Amino acid sequence: MKKLLALLLALVMVVSLMACASDTAKDTSSDTSTDSSTTTDDTATDDAAAEDDAAAEDDAATEDDTAAAANTDVKIGVILVHDDNSGYDMAHIDGIKNACAALGINYDTNVTLKYNVAEDESCYDAAADLADAGCQIIFSDSYGHQTYMGQAASEFPDTVFVACTGDLAATSGLTNLKNIFPYTYESRYVSGVVAGMKLKELMDAGTVTDPYVGYVGAFPYAEVVSGYTAFLLGVQSIVPEAHMDVQYTNSWYDPVAEGEAANALMGRGCVIIGQHADSTGAPSAVQAALESGTVAYSVGYNIDMLSVAPDAALTSSQNVWSVLYKATLEKFLAGEEIPTDYACGYAEGAQTISALGSSCAEGTQEAVDAAWAGLADGSLHVFDTSKFTCQPATDGSYTVDADGHVTQAFGLDSNGDFVNDTGEAIKDGYFEESVLRSAPYFSLRIDGITELN
Amino acid sequence: MKTVKAHREPLVRIVKRDGIALWKNWLIRLAAVLVALLLSGLFIYAVTKLNPIDVYVSMFEGAFGTSRRIRITIRDAMMLLCIGVGLAPAFKMRFWNIGAEGQVLVGGVATAGLMIYLGRAGTMSTPMMLVVMALASIVAGAIWGVIPAVFKARWGTNETLFTLMMNYVAIQITSYCVALWENPFGSNSVGVINQQTRSGWFPELFGLDIGLNILLVMILTVGMYLYLRFSKQGYEIAVLGESERTARYAGIKPGLVFIRTMAISGAICGLAGFIAVSGASHTISTSTSGGQGFTAIIVAWLAKFNTFVMLLISFLLAFLDRGAQEIASTFNLNDFASDVITGIILFCIIASEFFINYRMVFRHRKEAEAK
Repeated sequence: MKKLLALLLALVMVVSLMACASDTAKDTSSDTSTDSSTTTDDTATDDAAAEDDAAAEDDAATEDDTAAAANTDVKIGVILVHDDNSGYDMAHIDGIKNACAALGINYDTNVTLKYNVAEDESCYDAAADLADAGCQIIFSDSYGHQTYMGQAASEFPDTVFVACTGDLAATSGLTNLKNIFPYTYESRYVSGVVAGMKLKELMDAGTVTDPYVGYVGAFPYAEVVSGYTAFLLGVQSIVPEAHMDVQYTNSWYDPVAEGEAANALMGRGCVIIGQHADSTGAPSAVQAALESGTVAYSVGYNIDMLSVAPDAALTSSQNVWSVLYKATLEKFLAGEEIPTDYACGYAEGAQTISALGSSCAEGTQEAVDAAWAGLADGSLHVFDTSKFTCQPATDGSYTVDADGHVTQAFGLDSNGDFVNDTGEAIKDGYFEESVLRSAPYFSLRIDGITELN
Repeated sequence: MKTVKAHREPLVRIVKRDGIALWKNWLIRLAAVLVALLLSGLFIYAVTKLNPIDVYVSMFEGAFGTSRRIRITIRDAMMLLCIGVGLAPAFKMRFWNIGAEGQVLVGGVATAGLMIYLGRAGTMSTPMMLVVMALASIVAGAIWGVIPAVFKARWGTNETLFTLMMNYVAIQITSYCVALWENPFGSNSVGVINQQTRSGWFPELFGLDIGLNILLVMILTVGMYLYLRFSKQGYEIAVLGESERTARYAGIKPGLVFIRTMAISGAICGLAGFIAVSGASHTISTSTSGGQGFTAIIVAWLAKFNTFVMLLISFLLAFLDRGAQEIASTFNLNDFASDVITGIILFCIIASEFFINYRMVFRHRKEAEAK
């Protein structure tokens, strides 16, 4: 009986607590709606947060009346394939945050992020939900999101859908579906230069005789192929005889698989491990190997790897997504037409590498600066056809001369039927990447690279 | 010296209940949910300093805030329920079918394949396609379910491991088919199938895009309830589940019942794959089943194979899932934080079963003091 009474009392307490809370929730919602500044969706935030937001908005308004007035109305949705534990997604979160700061958009109130959205119908659900909630422009950050963004785009013609790293916008026939992609191959090339300098130092010292490079790739897509080829070409600009093995993990983010792939590559004798996968798995494995006496160094991607691999990490190639987000949002806010494909690189500030690690060879900074300068003034082309050779094509997608240098290559063959659909990729003696569309389409397999799986 | 030490009654004794009134039964469950809310409230406050009530309101918003969210929640719940209904007969006869994941996948692969090829041919109308795809998925799922059952019936293999391993085979088949059907070329994903023509997609029913999902799953739910409750075969399953020897003594052939029941179980899971592909995702990938084949085991067990209780539990799980995603988005909470909340709630509900089956007897305080 006593037990029952206690239970009842607890029940009453909880119910009354809930009743109180729903009252206060209603209060705040009416408060904010009279302000007419915040949207109804934000009423779930607690009193304190609501006040903070209001205060922050007031500050913004007093600081810069015109910009705030123009930009506080815009609602932005962002769909992320993972959350802030993934370096790749973190780069996007930082990108949108910085772009908003630069444009006077209040990140806390006007941007809604959806985390861990898989590359399936949950992406469509998330996109449609964001559109329902009044977002006028919605970004998604992973390649596989794009068909679902397209599905949502056809349903919400007044909303702009930007599928970052996607490649279907131009052929989709939808005017409100867009693609953006930075010239990632530039920073890959420059991070390759850093690796090449280290490799040269090791070989000069006699520690290493075989200039053997390993690369942990996610999928055998053009995006990855373009990246690792640029990386090796960067290495070869310092150590011309360098060669490379690529191990795929078939996942964008899998710390365990990436670590295992790195270990497998080091087991084969690779001394530099590059990566196009989003976790810290590979650098951590390289650091552990280095500590136990193996000579191996890591070049990361997205984020500075020095925190997980203080000795092994040389640098990381990085995309500065805020440049692309800002350019896109700027056009959107101004009411201008957003280009279907938008890509830019070092010249616009969209490419960089992270701080050089303490293990980097002497003179690395100078070599890096020289490479950046060459890329910026156009004297250096990453995919210079005189710098690499290919075996003759079996499918007719490119042609080579007697020395194996590529003379012609398909621009876009979007349906994989080995008939060129758009453009010619080779121009003035180099493969022109990310011009016919924003997403990479360099998928030539050059000599010196072996795909292990 | 010679005094025998009196048996000291422990502070708490656990006694099995003989029976429990229905209202008490539900009161305990309600209390469990409330305790769970209090505990996760404490967790939320301790870790994030957010007002727990706001978090709960946001969870509710996430699951039922807009008509689209309601539809998604119902769709997810139907999917879980469908697999749970499929698992119920297998688990009721104590056949540990851990292979729902694979059975859903092969059903999905069969559906997606037909959807692609029939859609490309363009000669068949959507209703016809739906029938063909449904049949194909049923057959595929049934085959996947029957294989381990045959092995158990004939050679007494362990069905838990067997069905689990069948999942990996199904995942590899799915990966292979995804590579085969990838669109656009080189993307390693199938993309949305028949996006333009929508052929082979579930049509709207009762003005609802998920109308057909609901209808199919409801028919299965009621049908399975009647089958387990009133049919001779349902009785055989129950007897076999209680004791194989008793069943054999009563003239039931365990091997036959294993195979028959697993065919039904696999077929329904296969149909769940059809519903997932044709009625929700319109694509196929290894995440089509997305662990729901395992989650549905919780649904079936918690409901003690009563399909109507399963309906409730599927909704609870779908609600928790949608809610967790929403609070991650609204409060910038890491997804893991919302998973902890889901975990606490599930734990409390499962723990409540203990209090339904047993009661605690406390040592009488006065008696203890007298000594």
